[in-house]
Amino acid sequence: MHFNLRSALSIYRREMSRAFRTAFQSILSPVLTTSLYFVVFGSVIGARMEPIGGVPYGAFIIPGLLMLTLLGETTSNASFGIYMPRFTGTIYELLSAPVGVAETLAGFVGAAATKGLILAAIILGTATFFVDYQIAHPIFAALYIMLVAASFALFGFILGIWADSFEKLGIIPLLILTPLTFLGGTFYSIRDLPAPWDAVALANPIAFLVSGLRWTFYGTSDVPIAVSLGLTLGFLVLCVVIIAVIFRTGWRLRE
Amino acid sequence: MSEPILSIRGLTKTYKGGIRALDKVDLDIRAGEIFALLGPNGAGKTTLIGAVCGLVRPTGGTMTAFGHDLARDWRAARARIGLVPQELATDMFETVWRAVTYSQGLFGKPYDAARLEEILKSLSLWDKKDAQIRALSGGMKRRVLIAKALAHDPELLFLDEPTAGVDVELRKGMWQQIAALKERGVTIILTTHYIEEAEEMADRVGIIRSGRILMVDEKHAMMERLGTTEAVIDLAAPLAALPPDIAAFPVELGEGGRRLIYRGGSAGEGGGRAEVAQLTQALTRAGIAYTTLDIHDSSLEDIFVGLLGEGEPA
Repeated sequence: MHFNLRSALSIYRREMSRAFRTAFQSILSPVLTTSLYFVVFGSVIGARMEPIGGVPYGAFIIPGLLMLTLLGETTSNASFGIYMPRFTGTIYELLSAPVGVAETLAGFVGAAATKGLILAAIILGTATFFVDYQIAHPIFAALYIMLVAASFALFGFILGIWADSFEKLGIIPLLILTPLTFLGGTFYSIRDLPAPWDAVALANPIAFLVSGLRWTFYGTSDVPIAVSLGLTLGFLVLCVVIIAVIFRTGWRLRE
Repeated sequence: MSEPILSIRGLTKTYKGGIRALDKVDLDIRAGEIFALLGPNGAGKTTLIGAVCGLVRPTGGTMTAFGHDLARDWRAARARIGLVPQELATDMFETVWRAVTYSQGLFGKPYDAARLEEILKSLSLWDKKDAQIRALSGGMKRRVLIAKALAHDPELLFLDEPTAGVDVELRKGMWQQIAALKERGVTIILTTHYIEEAEEMADRVGIIRSGRILMVDEKHAMMERLGTTEAVIDLAAPLAALPPDIAAFPVELGEGGRRLIYRGGSAGEGGGRAEVAQLTQALTRAGIAYTTLDIHDSSLEDIFVGLLGEGEPA
């Protein structure tokens, strides 16, 4: 299989430079939003809440809030990264270059995932100012965040190719990802929901992601970590297959 | 003759809805030439370029560039092809330097600042290297697109309407730059609406209409073969009929016998003009005085319009 590292690095560097150029929107804005969550739910309301599964409430919501920002930002970054060249016409250069699906994904998705990781690190750093927490499995946590960031960067990439308007570009993160993350156990444990809502909540795939990340933080989760991990990996593979098909058929890329 | 650098056979593109943009196009491009593709709007020029460069998926036919099949071995071929699109499509917030650096790397070339500097200087963009592209004029933006296309030193360069929207002075400057590229051995295929541009620069010309190539020939051969000379001679006194010595020329009388109109010869090599000189000598010998003489060789534009007109449905 061909892989042109220079091409991939060029795309990666350009995407990263775009992020730094729009640092306020890419980094500061989600950090500010998450900080407000920590202030309101972590410090003010959290101080009056009972611990969940032995974890103080302020610390309990960290994985969910992290997931909320990670999913939204990674998806938006990747979708914007490929949608804008389509919208402005600059995609001609990518399509006419000796660049295949592997280099394109390594560049666009790699950059979106990197931005997600930087964001996660900043959010975790910010959280230390508001709540006390410790990560039980830090290496697992880092790997899991990377896996989720890569998966949703791939998902965002598909979204950016599918969308033919700015409205469509914003619909999925705003109307699907954010509500599902809120309802996926970010602020509560699914096990505490009354029947049948605990079962209904498990129909939400984001609940598995939040639960998986919470396990890496505190060693407890609503669903077994293996299930969360398997689901995330399956989602990643599905996205890669869809993108490979898009490139082979040229859907929405080549006339 | 050497192997063509680009060979297209039976290239067909039918868009959704059944619009056939290319209809069994056959075309060979020779190494080192400037080839001008002329055609009206919607003729299929941009689709043809898009098909070679990977922007358009052909529905039929084959394309070979540098001996590589563009469907199977597209990586090797595309690394040697550059494209300057018709639209001013650039990342407006990027600086000129970053834009060309990106293009060089995207095509798999190692970072070569000296080469990029050379390209920017040759296009008079060096003093703008740190400027954001959005701050540049339209002509400069187009030159940035050319610089980006040259960043990986392509051997075959497509210029899709390179001087569209560019003023006369800049257009002539761009012609010089294109000529300089040819000097360096770059093969150039350009599409243009300005036929004088093709007349000025092209070695060969292809005329395309409704997705079909109507004619491909050397520019001079085409002008010689299809071009004519027209001479309008205003006579001092009207003629009732043409004397036999004059009637032997391809002439006719007009304006009530006050005007002699010559149409003939081949424009490219001056054959028509030579015959007009003979005609004036014949007029003098016949004692026919004339007051004015106006000679006009048909241009590539006349030939182009004539060719397109021939095929128009009644």
